[in-house]
Amino acid sequence: MDSDRAPLSGRGFRALSYGVPLAFLALFFVFPLAAILERGLRSEGDLASPLDVVTDPVTREVVWFTAWQAVASTALTILVALPAAYVLGRFAFPGRALVRALVVVPFVLPTVVVALAFLALLPDGLERGWAAILVAHAFFNIAVVVRVVGTFWAGLDPRVSEAASTLGAGPWRRLREVTLPLLAPSLAAAAAVVFLFSFTSFGVVLILGGPSYSTIEAEIYNQAVRLFDLRAAAILSLVQLACVALTVWITLRLETRLSVAGHLRSERETLRRPRTRREWAVVAGSLGALGLFLGLPLAVLVERSLAVGDGHGLDAYRELTRPTSALLATPWEAVVNSVVYAAAATAIAVVVGGLAAFAIAGTRGGRVLDGLLMLPLGASAVMLGFGFVIAFDRWPVDFRSEPWIVPVVQALVALPFVVRAVAPTLRAIDERQREAAALLGASPGRVRREIDLPIVGRALAVAAGFAFAISLGEFGATVFLARPDSPTLPVAIFRFLGRPGELNAAQAYALAVILMGVTVVSVVLVERIRRRGNGGWI
Amino acid sequence: MLAVENVTVHFGQLAALDGVTLDLGEGEIVAVLGSSGSGKSTLLRVIAGLQRPDAGRVVLDGEDLATIPPHRRGIGLVFQDHALFHHRDVRGNVAFGLRMRGDDGTAIDRRVRQLLELVGLAGYEQRAIATLSGGEQQRVALARALAPEPRVLLLDEPLGSLDRLLRDRLLEELQRIFAELSVTALYVTHDRAEAFALGDRVAVMRTGRVVQVGTADELWARPADEDVARFLGLANVRDGQVVRPEAVRLGRVDDGRDGDGVVESAVRQGPTVRVVVRLREGGELEAVVSSLEHPLPGDHVDVAVDPAGIVRLR
Amino acid sequence: MRRRLLWLALVAVAVGAAAGCGGGDETPTEVVLVTHDSFAISDGVRAAFERESGLTLRILQAGDASEMLTKALLTAGNPQGDVLFGVDDNLLSRALDGDLFDAYESPLLENVDPRYLLDDEHRVTPIDHGEVCLNYDRAWFAERGIAPPESLDDLASPRYRGLLVVESPATSTPGLAFLLATIARFGEDGWQGFWRRLRANDVLVVDGWEEAYTARFSGAAGSRGDRPIVVSYASSPPAEVYFRAPRPTDAPTAVVESSCYRQVELAGVLRGARNEQGAHELIDFLLSTRFQEDIPLSMFVFPVNREAALPPVFERFAVVPADPLELPPGEVEANRDDWIDEWTRIVLR
Repeated sequence: MDSDRAPLSGRGFRALSYGVPLAFLALFFVFPLAAILERGLRSEGDLASPLDVVTDPVTREVVWFTAWQAVASTALTILVALPAAYVLGRFAFPGRALVRALVVVPFVLPTVVVALAFLALLPDGLERGWAAILVAHAFFNIAVVVRVVGTFWAGLDPRVSEAASTLGAGPWRRLREVTLPLLAPSLAAAAAVVFLFSFTSFGVVLILGGPSYSTIEAEIYNQAVRLFDLRAAAILSLVQLACVALTVWITLRLETRLSVAGHLRSERETLRRPRTRREWAVVAGSLGALGLFLGLPLAVLVERSLAVGDGHGLDAYRELTRPTSALLATPWEAVVNSVVYAAAATAIAVVVGGLAAFAIAGTRGGRVLDGLLMLPLGASAVMLGFGFVIAFDRWPVDFRSEPWIVPVVQALVALPFVVRAVAPTLRAIDERQREAAALLGASPGRVRREIDLPIVGRALAVAAGFAFAISLGEFGATVFLARPDSPTLPVAIFRFLGRPGELNAAQAYALAVILMGVTVVSVVLVERIRRRGNGGWI
Repeated sequence: MLAVENVTVHFGQLAALDGVTLDLGEGEIVAVLGSSGSGKSTLLRVIAGLQRPDAGRVVLDGEDLATIPPHRRGIGLVFQDHALFHHRDVRGNVAFGLRMRGDDGTAIDRRVRQLLELVGLAGYEQRAIATLSGGEQQRVALARALAPEPRVLLLDEPLGSLDRLLRDRLLEELQRIFAELSVTALYVTHDRAEAFALGDRVAVMRTGRVVQVGTADELWARPADEDVARFLGLANVRDGQVVRPEAVRLGRVDDGRDGDGVVESAVRQGPTVRVVVRLREGGELEAVVSSLEHPLPGDHVDVAVDPAGIVRLR
Repeated sequence: MRRRLLWLALVAVAVGAAAGCGGGDETPTEVVLVTHDSFAISDGVRAAFERESGLTLRILQAGDASEMLTKALLTAGNPQGDVLFGVDDNLLSRALDGDLFDAYESPLLENVDPRYLLDDEHRVTPIDHGEVCLNYDRAWFAERGIAPPESLDDLASPRYRGLLVVESPATSTPGLAFLLATIARFGEDGWQGFWRRLRANDVLVVDGWEEAYTARFSGAAGSRGDRPIVVSYASSPPAEVYFRAPRPTDAPTAVVESSCYRQVELAGVLRGARNEQGAHELIDFLLSTRFQEDIPLSMFVFPVNREAALPPVFERFAVVPADPLELPPGEVEANRDDWIDEWTRIVLR
């Protein structure tokens, strides 16, 4: 139909919207990763067949465990998150925005801290092993499902389900035959992200799994850092990347196949207050269960931050403004660093991701770009970190020790979220709005400014909030970069936890509580913008 | 002032427009009448510059528009479902084109007020689009398109989504507004009543071609072919001639004879009654009866035709 | 396609050029120390170095000691900094084999006990030592009237059943040191039997020091752990005192002195350093009494310079093991992976 539709966007902008994200990805992802993989594969002279590593029984065991725990973690996460997604997608109630913000908190907390909280909470016997791993993965990733699916749910026209009920479908039938199929694209998207995070999980598996469990990522670390077998690490990285690429490819196909054309409604039209006592019970029950699941580990962290001597007090918080031997800065400076880095990363992610969203929404080739941008989520953080060190070591790309490389890496992780928040909204903009603007005298650039940007602005704001949270909590990739003496919050938490002494531990937990606070505040602020209109997926 | 010359547009194998030629004079309103899929919306998109023609050209005031992008054509378009900017209020929508051409704030305010008055929405400036009824949205869309004083106004089924009463009222308003502003307009519709009411001339389109252009009377008097005649609402089309329903006289047979035929249906349409008679010699004939008394289904009738009511097709 | 590649290259070059403009070949005004995340230095001490040398001290932290070394090996010859600090004796052979360092013999070495000099060619300079030792919860043993363990051998006795938590040598530096301690103590053919007995005695193996010490060990403040013996450091008891408010008069934990395994941390001038002169000055500074006396309370390890005085909390609560267990670095390097594999089979499978 639109084969020779007169293009409303200029060639220059299209080149930009492809060029910038591709260049970013090529320079900061493909180039360093390729450099380290090449070095690894050549480390024993010539390129040797990787078969010995691939067919090694230990590798097979590790790949198998990685895959099934990721699948099971994804399923569990969706199961746990779905009731809350339903409540957030259908009902308006006091504190809704706060709930949406609170679910993000676990997502940004450093693994070690959460794992330690879980160790304290889980009953003896269950505290370690695969069950603990699955529960922890669900805890971390619940935000992804609740927000992606919940927001999409809020965009579904409730009348469709109502129509089904007038046709004689009961509640389960409606869920199975109407709601779930409509939700499918968002479920697929959320599942893919959860799967990727669980697949490349590292800290959780090491601490909660115990020494006998290992994921591919953990094995890569082991090979590269402990055994300095770069070749095995490189081959394992390729195996992991292949699995990730396959996942991404399947997801994109699923999303295309499952997506049902239709207008997303504004929340003003779809959300309503619970009416019956039963509905209130459903809301309270779902949120109560979620609160218990997320709240208990978080409560442990708060309690630990206050534990001083035999009683409780604010000593750890008071100590935060003083210099400490654990860091080359005061902990308070780490808070500031984190916010500055996260702001920079957010700016990069929003500009690059926003451009990519235009490319992805506007053209058919965009799907490929969409998939490419997802890859950094699943690449080995260890190897990428090493890649930065060897790839950016000489002019004109001598920036391995530059401070700005930290937000760049964080942006790499946040990019897919920005794209996924913005592209669907862009796609949902009625082409005739742009045509109407053009006919009223708006040039293509002006159309983008007057039509696309204001409509997408809120989605961009939401994406920015999420990117900010991700950058605040990002630990995996940044920890492998050589950082100048400006630690971020998660790094500082890790350092405090690494030293003996009560105050150190309490300060680690206090910083975790501050990280929670910063996250909630930033997300709530963004929610306020978001609530004024429709806005993307997350 | 606007000339569409031999425009052809293909979507794949399908020709949406097939050598369409159409003229529009200064201050003239031409209604394009056609059923859905006849290519009339595509024609508008070509004129507006939203669709590149595969062949032919569009000339406005002697200037070939081929290389002129939509935003510099000075052509206004009222979309079928309005395409209003939901992220702006009523004022923001109407003022949009004025801002694009660089008017200053007070001029914009004045013009917006004037236009909202014109379309009967005075005082609606701050209203959100979502709070407007369908008819109100239609008026905003019209005001928005008129605001920057386009050289030609295109309207794509503007009343299509409205209920009948509202449509009739808006139709009258459109007539008034067009006359007041002496607009040059191309009005696309599938409704012959709208076309006849608004169009100085009516162009009938079918499968991507303009099959006939003329005033309402010309078309009514001399439809180009049987399909046009049927589309205009003329029943009784047969063998290259048309028998106007109002020229058919029916006489009820009371004496037990069979008569010329039997009444199939009789449906009141306002002041007249449409009666369909199944003829004994085969076929159906439609008649319009304006008296209160009319034959009922099952009645046997005699049929007479006023010779002045027989139109021979070209 | 080709045009697109060209585009990418152009962007890369443009970005690079913008970033590269700053670099020149004038006299360096800064010296860069590449180190691990546990490195710490007091502000005053750092300022003193900068004032006296006229150089800015830039510190790059590159992960834990193994990660730091891995990166250094990857960038050998074109290093990220001038001096590398934080290689310990277990990693030393790997570092030397990788040809990371240029030799430099600091005049201050005369104040250093020769047993810490691990390289005759002076490619590395010892800076501190910190022993990995069994720590125990004094209150736990006192309350139950049980004598705390006095040697490695004790751990296998039924009296200490279910009391020990250790870190896995595959994933943890102190864990590895403890495995080496048992190898040094029981010999290359004897340690396996000892670990089998430990396993039978219900030893708990965890992934890292953080979990072992802060979550499993009963003696750490605020811990809810129930294991009163843990593998930690000789400096952990003074840390337990120093970081507790109010400070106790007695150390809540103590060290099993005969279980200690020596770890020396070394520094070296990186081959290809941009500021070699500054690197020498930095090494001298790291050995100076000013920095050496800062070491205990900033990094919780012991200085190697005999002239350096220990702070009171160390004087009082720390044990400097007189004769710690040790293995030659070359032997460790040659066997480490096999030992870890064997240990994994014995203890975890």
